Amino acid sequence: MRLAFPFAAIVGQDQMKLALSIAAVDPAIGGVLVFGDRGTGKSTAVRALAAVLPEIEAASCPYRCDPARPDEACETCRGKPKSRRGKARVPVPVVDLPLGATEDRIAGSLDLERALSAGEKRFEPGLLARANRGFLYIDEINLLEDHLVDLLLDVAASGENVVEREGLSVRHPARFVLVGSGNPEEGELRPQLLDRFGLSVEVKTPTDLATRIEVVKRRDAFERDPAGFTARFEAENDAVRGAILAARERLANVAVPDETLEKAAQLSIRLGTDGLRGELTLMRAARALAALQGGAEVGWPHLAELAPLALSHRLRRDPLDEAGSATRVTRAVGELAAA
Amino acid sequence: MTARPIPANDGAASPPETADAAALWQEALLCLSLFAVDPGLGLRLAARAGPVRQQALKNLRASLPPGEAWRKLPAGASPAALTGGLDLAASLAAGRPIAEKGLIAASDGGVIVAAMAERMADDAAGLLALALDRGTVPIERDGLSAELPARIGVLALDEGMEEDEAPPHALCERLGLWLSLDGADPRGSAGGHLDAAAIAAARDRLMAVRPDEAGLETICQAAMAFGIVSLRAPHLALRAACASAALAGRHLPGETDIETAIRLVLLPRATTLPGMPQDGNEDDLSAARDEEDGNDATRNEPPQDDVRDRAEETETGEIAPQDETLIEAADAGLPADLLKRLAAMARSRQMPAGGGRKGAFAGRARRGRAIGTRPGDPRRDRLDLVATLRAAAPWQTIRRRERSGRQTDVLPRPLEIRAADIQVRRHRGKAETATIFAVDASGSAALARLAEAKGAVERILAECYVRRDRVALAAFRGTRADVLLPETRSLTRAKRCLAALPAGGGTPLASGILAALDLAKASAREGRTPLIALLTDGRANISLAGAAGRPQAMEDARMAAAAVRASGIAALVIDLAQRPSEAAREIAAAMGASYLALPRADSQALAELVAAAPRGALASRAIARP
Repeated sequence: MRLAFPFAAIVGQDQMKLALSIAAVDPAIGGVLVFGDRGTGKSTAVRALAAVLPEIEAASCPYRCDPARPDEACETCRGKPKSRRGKARVPVPVVDLPLGATEDRIAGSLDLERALSAGEKRFEPGLLARANRGFLYIDEINLLEDHLVDLLLDVAASGENVVEREGLSVRHPARFVLVGSGNPEEGELRPQLLDRFGLSVEVKTPTDLATRIEVVKRRDAFERDPAGFTARFEAENDAVRGAILAARERLANVAVPDETLEKAAQLSIRLGTDGLRGELTLMRAARALAALQGGAEVGWPHLAELAPLALSHRLRRDPLDEAGSATRVTRAVGELAAA
Repeated sequence: MTARPIPANDGAASPPETADAAALWQEALLCLSLFAVDPGLGLRLAARAGPVRQQALKNLRASLPPGEAWRKLPAGASPAALTGGLDLAASLAAGRPIAEKGLIAASDGGVIVAAMAERMADDAAGLLALALDRGTVPIERDGLSAELPARIGVLALDEGMEEDEAPPHALCERLGLWLSLDGADPRGSAGGHLDAAAIAAARDRLMAVRPDEAGLETICQAAMAFGIVSLRAPHLALRAACASAALAGRHLPGETDIETAIRLVLLPRATTLPGMPQDGNEDDLSAARDEEDGNDATRNEPPQDDVRDRAEETETGEIAPQDETLIEAADAGLPADLLKRLAAMARSRQMPAGGGRKGAFAGRARRGRAIGTRPGDPRRDRLDLVATLRAAAPWQTIRRRERSGRQTDVLPRPLEIRAADIQVRRHRGKAETATIFAVDASGSAALARLAEAKGAVERILAECYVRRDRVALAAFRGTRADVLLPETRSLTRAKRCLAALPAGGGTPLASGILAALDLAKASAREGRTPLIALLTDGRANISLAGAAGRPQAMEDARMAAAAVRASGIAALVIDLAQRPSEAAREIAAAMGASYLALPRADSQALAELVAAAPRGALASRAIARP
């Protein structure tokens, strides 16, 4: 297994790291979209994430069911008494969905070996199964074929993957954080797809020389000696992991005062975002941020910091406003703070 | 903006000096040897197929260790061919799945030569990019799931002649060395070969070469000064410097190595040059450079020598200018390959209505290049037989068993294929381009310069003819805009319309812009890529409602311009004012359009500025004009 660039060694790109950390604290956020210039380390950050995710408890089924949540268990687990479902600590999966992957490998299909040799109909879980309780990463998401996008959206919304083919009938849990990255020059995402992502981040290349030198220097050091470089950042990576773990434990106890709820609602109304999804995501993300920072309750600063990430991709296009969506959100936040 | 490898000299316009050609060949050899030392650097080789390129490839191959893979990747290769998948015949024969290595995994430790890389599909480029990033290739196909080692070097043979004909961004971005063989000539240069022994020695040394802080800083500084956004470029330049040092037997990249790396990796990617004003004169620079590209040929030759269509040929004869000075004036104001660059712009921008795919491609084309397969109905799309067999293969044993249980079935069936197995091809058709002209025929400033404007339009029309584009024409004067010519391929009609265009009256700029936008949107709905060319002085004085009054008229014009911007349609504003005006510039900015003053007074100043800028030997040859 090839070593990934350490998460803690990524220079700058704070919003991207923040969005990924929040999704790690509360997977119910509903996915992270990272759009921006080439060569800004988008895929590096996502692939680095796996190493800072705390391990999870899992049953010994192909879907790593959560022993603490029997209602979400797969059919294999349900068929066994609780004591025999197995329990082990496993790493959180971060699964890459490569371009060119076929539908049968994403959703899972017939076990080839068994089918060819024994003529046996057996289900072989696919990438969606492997990503259950973890992250599913699609680089160049705007190049993904439409029928695969539809499949992913469907599963992401229901949390369940259903395969029906010639007497092969399987349904299994598939709850994952969808992480997509891409370059807007290659094409925009369909609005239906945009809206499914909880947070969106626009990354830009750093423009100051010192930062740029540091990025290139670290990349070079990593490529020369992956193991040594990773070891250098182990303590920092551990700290990130510790913070995520602590935040997860704190999350349920973070209070959301009515006043903050009201502010979030006002912000959404001011921006005219459609539906409640944006508001809900903003609240959830703000709560995760408060938990990460060790706070006891969600306040206005949390909302203000996360509003561009949670809301900017949900705005209707306004042809008469030349400013970008993120600028509009920031402006609205400023107005609300002043009010 | 798509940067291209800088052609190494003035190109076709003048036959290269022999000494110069030999020097260029030496430069090419240096570049090839760096690639041979560290193939992971990647090489984008811009050259037409021919003896020079053949010689270069032959030399390169001879310098690589004999056991290393050297695999050709055809332009139309499918993702399946790249990643590998199920070996259908072997699996059926053996009764168990047998994997077939794809091209990427089969090239592990060697070089993939991508032929006609400018035609490579985005998904193929995406897979190569993934392998370059990770050193492995994932297979998730046909029931197989594996990750195979893939430490590859990619050599992209770029035969693209035009700005919008370049290998996919995702790939170019990851290829360090960008080399153009234009003007290079191996004849008459002694020692025109690569030293295989020296390269082998350099490879052994490479791991021990380490750049120092100063070298790293110089490279990062140079990348910034050249306006290169991506951080992959300086990183690749650093690698190139190390390869250069290894080749020279140094363990620390020296000044020469850094300079070589900057010349071969960074300079070809430059979007601006040190000393240039930073305030958005990028277009002017690339125009200056494009003129150096030897594209002057197309500019001086009228399109009449196209023999494909006799009827149109005679028609375009009429496009010949009636007034030489008029055309010259227009010529002076327009870069030779304006449309090419506009088309590149249109491709990089997006049609939001088109959804998550490239704007330049029609949605469900049934012709054009096959880009993959998916389950489907063969009555609506073309059947992909091999993919269908692949999908059916795993089920054969099961189905045979099921069938033998049934008494009624007496037909012997060697292969059982069911509806769910059927795979169809997906195609991508290249869409056409349509240029929508909106001409200001008002009395204000246009009257004085309408003739020149007409000349400019005729120049662009001639270019449209070469490109087989469609054109449409709208004009605005008095209180309203009129569509003079709906979209057509007949340039004669366009020319006639234009000649008959009367001038005078107010400037209903907003109406003109919106008329052009309507035409462009209709064109986009047909699956074409529209471009808007607006010729105006920007001094609107008639509002959208037809009322006189400058403030309201300008306000409406700005609004209309913003609508163009929001639509994502590429646009160009050609300023007709006597002196470049703030008004037209403002409208161009609101439209997100390129802006050109007619004629440009600054071309001389720009040339001086470029010539004065300090840079490497190659750059001065490529950019500065004597």
